[in-house]
Amino acid sequence: MIDRRALIAGLSAALIAPRSAFAQTIRDAARRNVPVPAKVSRVFPAGPPAAILLYTLAPELLIGWPRANRAEECAYMLPDICTRPEVGRITGRGNTANLETVLALKPDLILDVGSTSATFVSLADRVQEKTSIPYALLDGRFAAIAETYRTLGALLGRREDGEKLARYAEDTLKTILGRIEPIARAERPKVYYARGPRGLSTGLGGSINVETIEMLGRNVAGETQGGLANVSIEQVLVWNPDVIVTIDQEFAATVRKDPSWAAVKAVRDNRIHLSPKMPFGWVDFPPSVNRLIGL
Amino acid sequence: MIPARSALPGFAIAIAVLIAGLVLALTVGRYPVSLGDLIGALVAKLGGPRGDVSPAVESVIWQVRGPRVMAAMLVGAALAVAGTAFQGLFRNPLVSPDILGASSGAALGAVLGIYLSLGVFAIQATAFIGGLIAVGIVYMIGASVRSRDPILVLVLTGVVVGSLFGAGVGLVKYLADPYNQLPAMTFWLLGSLSATGVHDLLPLVGPVAAGTVVLIALRWRMSVMSLPEEEARTLGVATGPLRIAIVAAATLVTSASVAAAGIIGWVGLVVPHLARSLVGPDFARLLPAAAILGGGYLLLIDTLARTLAQVEIPLGILTAVIGTPFFIWLLTSVQKTWS
Repeated sequence: MIDRRALIAGLSAALIAPRSAFAQTIRDAARRNVPVPAKVSRVFPAGPPAAILLYTLAPELLIGWPRANRAEECAYMLPDICTRPEVGRITGRGNTANLETVLALKPDLILDVGSTSATFVSLADRVQEKTSIPYALLDGRFAAIAETYRTLGALLGRREDGEKLARYAEDTLKTILGRIEPIARAERPKVYYARGPRGLSTGLGGSINVETIEMLGRNVAGETQGGLANVSIEQVLVWNPDVIVTIDQEFAATVRKDPSWAAVKAVRDNRIHLSPKMPFGWVDFPPSVNRLIGL
Repeated sequence: MIPARSALPGFAIAIAVLIAGLVLALTVGRYPVSLGDLIGALVAKLGGPRGDVSPAVESVIWQVRGPRVMAAMLVGAALAVAGTAFQGLFRNPLVSPDILGASSGAALGAVLGIYLSLGVFAIQATAFIGGLIAVGIVYMIGASVRSRDPILVLVLTGVVVGSLFGAGVGLVKYLADPYNQLPAMTFWLLGSLSATGVHDLLPLVGPVAAGTVVLIALRWRMSVMSLPEEEARTLGVATGPLRIAIVAAATLVTSASVAAAGIIGWVGLVVPHLARSLVGPDFARLLPAAAILGGGYLLLIDTLARTLAQVEIPLGILTAVIGTPFFIWLLTSVQKTWS
């Protein structure tokens, strides 16, 4: 079965570019056939997860960032890459990147990392159709990091580098999961993931925000499947978590003094962990490979 | 004039709803607290013998549930009083407290506060100030238009300015960081009392009490305001200053409520009608009755919001889901007491 869209995109691109521009196609994570450019020197990241993934594999290819990095973030990054311009994002509806801008930047490839649901597949197809620029959609799930690196390596013609990082991701996961393997699921600490200045926003079971937490501990809010939700302190008291992981500095600073949290086990045992967020969040967002160090 | 009927049964019903709501709200929740625990905690608080109430239960009652129950009653009463005042002022039963843009202004203030990563109290302050600014702008424009119908000018200006502030909210949401700020903004705009603590009560009590006292003090004159402009003047009521006082007081309580609880619709629209069906259209009785009923109403809804599921259900969603059918029932079955 030939993908008609890919064919049209390939044909129209072939009319503009020299015939040898696309040597072959590759299957991306959404099982779409993406033409592989003969030489990739400029990549447009569709969103933050894609930008971070690319930064770790081939930083010099990054045209710019979805959002300009702040000075304190750049302290941890390659200075000349970190200061590259803001180019916006291509996402479902919060499209801040104008397709004409994308075209004017002349990328050889548009890279999107994240959900491979129908919404994003159709978006990828449409952008590829409109711009004739190959648009690769890779799996953003935490467990798929290695596979995503290999696909990206193949797309960029840097299989070795992709393989190296994929191995690193696999080894890291294996080491950490190996350490907690002997502990039965029921004996692992109950973790409450706190967001927001009051710490009352949390990630429900299966939400992308608690992927890493659920890999290691028991997410107390995991009984309900969903995304982000607000809960009451009473509910946290009922769950009585052993550990609190938070990304909010204000909450981490005030929770120990807050009388309404005093009865929570994690607060009594002083097991409140504030996740670092430089240069990218270590636990939650953006949901990319940056979460590997957070494990 | 409608012959005055006794409002006592109506008030009795309103107070009964409030007390039932209070007992229910304090004893049900995600964390188990029995009626005995509640009484024990009360006795201990009043300096009586320390019973066998565990510290965790005490903390739930005094730090978590108590403040939240207080806040729900205050916000409900405030929205109902503001709604009653505005419905009288605009002589229109379909008016709600956000008619002059207080909610849109507060929403813009809050999302700006979240966007700038301010602290919890600063966000409440920006919301409160935003509400006051929006209504201030509306009133200034409305006052500068020379018109025979100042009320109509106010309503139109309110719609326009509210819409502009709404666009501002959209813009800030668009610029926000989608992983952290945007969900926070969305939750805030749906309305919730889930994070209310003891410290949140003070900034709420002050403005709500001040505005409510002013409105209740003006309750006799308000009935005159529901007459056409010329007739009110011939009765010797200075309509201009009175209008400013009503708008200012109602805006104060609305802004404080929105700042504390986010955007909660339908309370300020439904409760005044319910109060009217209980005690009649005379403002002297209507305002206190609306305050009592509003407090009980939002208290019951907030109790549902925090007990139905493990996660909080946004108040704005519940008030609309419960408020709309209720309003339709009121329209179809209760005598038209506002005509």
